[in-house]
Amino acid sequence: MQEIIEGRVWTLGRDVDTDQIISGKYLTIIDPNELKKHVFEIALPEFASEARAGDILVADENFGSGSSREHAPQAMRAIGVGAVVADSFARIFYRNAINLGIPTIEARGVRAIFEKGDTARIEMRGGRVTNVRTGASIAFPPIPAHLLGLLEAGGLVEKVRQELASRKAAASPPPPPVP
Amino acid sequence: MTQRNGHGMTLAEKVLARVSGEEHVVPGQIVEGAVDLAMMHEQGAQTVGPFHQMGAEKVWDPDRVVIAIDHWVPASTEGAAVLHRILRKFAQETSLPHFYDVGQHGICHQILAENGWVVPGDLAVGTDSHTNMLGAMGALATGIGPTEMAAVLALGRLWLKVPSTIQIRVRGTFGDGVTAKDLVLRVLGEVKTTGATYKSVEFTGPTIAGLSMPERFTICNMTTEMGAKTGMIAPDEATFDYLRPIAKHAMHPLAADADAAYEKTIDVDVTGMPPMVACPYSPDNVRPLPDVAREHVKVDQVFLGSCTNARIEDLREGAALMKGSKVAKGVRFIVSPASTKIYDQCLREGIIETFTDAGAVFTNSSCSACFGGNMGILAPDEVCASSSNRNFPGRMGAKEARIYLMSPAAVVATAIRGEITDPRTMR
Ligand code: SF4
Repeated sequence: MQEIIEGRVWTLGRDVDTDQIISGKYLTIIDPNELKKHVFEIALPEFASEARAGDILVADENFGSGSSREHAPQAMRAIGVGAVVADSFARIFYRNAINLGIPTIEARGVRAIFEKGDTARIEMRGGRVTNVRTGASIAFPPIPAHLLGLLEAGGLVEKVRQELASRKAAASPPPPPVP
Repeated sequence: MTQRNGHGMTLAEKVLARVSGEEHVVPGQIVEGAVDLAMMHEQGAQTVGPFHQMGAEKVWDPDRVVIAIDHWVPASTEGAAVLHRILRKFAQETSLPHFYDVGQHGICHQILAENGWVVPGDLAVGTDSHTNMLGAMGALATGIGPTEMAAVLALGRLWLKVPSTIQIRVRGTFGDGVTAKDLVLRVLGEVKTTGATYKSVEFTGPTIAGLSMPERFTICNMTTEMGAKTGMIAPDEATFDYLRPIAKHAMHPLAADADAAYEKTIDVDVTGMPPMVACPYSPDNVRPLPDVAREHVKVDQVFLGSCTNARIEDLREGAALMKGSKVAKGVRFIVSPASTKIYDQCLREGIIETFTDAGAVFTNSSCSACFGGNMGILAPDEVCASSSNRNFPGRMGAKEARIYLMSPAAVVATAIRGEITDPRTMR
């Protein structure tokens, strides 16, 4: 996880639900590189073709509501979205995105200080999002240590992999004593 | 028992204390809970990759894992067929015996309910957002994503932030033609789609105590639309009667303390309440159904199905209203039972015939038209009346299509008249 994340901004409205992020008809697609072609087809049609790695999504309230489909954050990760910042998130989306290692930040009032194409600067530990063009900024509450740990590991897969590996190591017999 | 701040625990807090081995938990605290039941549907196919990447070799407890395919059953696309095959192969490799495959299939939440997989006091997780429905058992049941499910399969536990709880205290008696669905729609109209985000919604009061389990499932099902982590009802005799013959593991009945600290309490009196309808494009855009009926909203399609309202009680009620009438000209009426078991009951009770005689199409049990990816898909600008739970843009097909959510009785009345209809005007 980078301490400072900077990127070009795409803006989204409120209540962008998972049906609008990845529509039901694409749910049988597993390959994230295929999925990313259809991301935001309903909410932000030009995004899939024009987004670049490192771009930052800034949304209003209740981003990612609706289903538990992980397709939504997966498609964003495949595009290389640098961070998702919103006034508020729906619960499962928030969990899924963090589990996939996507910096996901809840900052009340953030949508109002950005326009499409601005540059956002996020201080992950400092707890601040700044619009580099206007200088406006919003503070956000510290990310809980547990979640920072997940982001630092690069997501849940890596975290569990480390845990299982250390369990295995602990379970295997100690090396014979050196004579 | 010692209680911090002198505040008792809500039902959700009680369950989380139990599964994490803590004596007392408070909202905001992060706990690790031992999982009692893990459910996967087609989205579980995405669990397999992360499970292997984690280096996991076996599932923590195969007797606590249920796979129930439901979105595309039988497979309606090649993609779905591949998802099903991934799950079958995974179940075989990791020796998972509880797979409800084509032939025993049904909507995953209904499969859990009717087979007693979730019991009071459980921590249950599923790869579908409407796992909340099982909170009607007095369990903390919630939806998680497939990567998280991989961690659950590997470790048998997951972290949860203890939610604060909104209490919905319900009293009064339903009028004729007014149902649990109308109650939950009314509550949604008040709480809104973000009103319970990260929270538990606990239903209490004399009206709830008088409801059957199917009615409780309908109510807890739609707490997902409030953004809630879970929707819960404390277990009572109705719960125990329902579960006694089918419970798959030991029950740990819990109830909120008398001095439980609720974030807020909303009092609802259902006496005199009319049927409700959620209008496009949000489940919280709720209006009294008679008001909408006065606007003569014509429909192209009607759907009686989904995990919210396609149990035998719903279909019986619908069939009773349908009997002797015809589906209005120009209306497509799709009826989809929630499980194979319910399908069989409908067959034996003549319910299938009632619907097909009237001109409806009675499908096999699955999510069917609910999510716009399988069948019964809407064209742009079409209007649909549905007994399901979501009406966001694009939910059942074209993003311009308009979906109205209502009770089973109301959708059948609407199918007969061809426009949104108050079921009470049919009697
Ligand atoms: S019936 Fe609809 S809401 Fe229920 S699990 Fe299936 S798609 Fe989801």
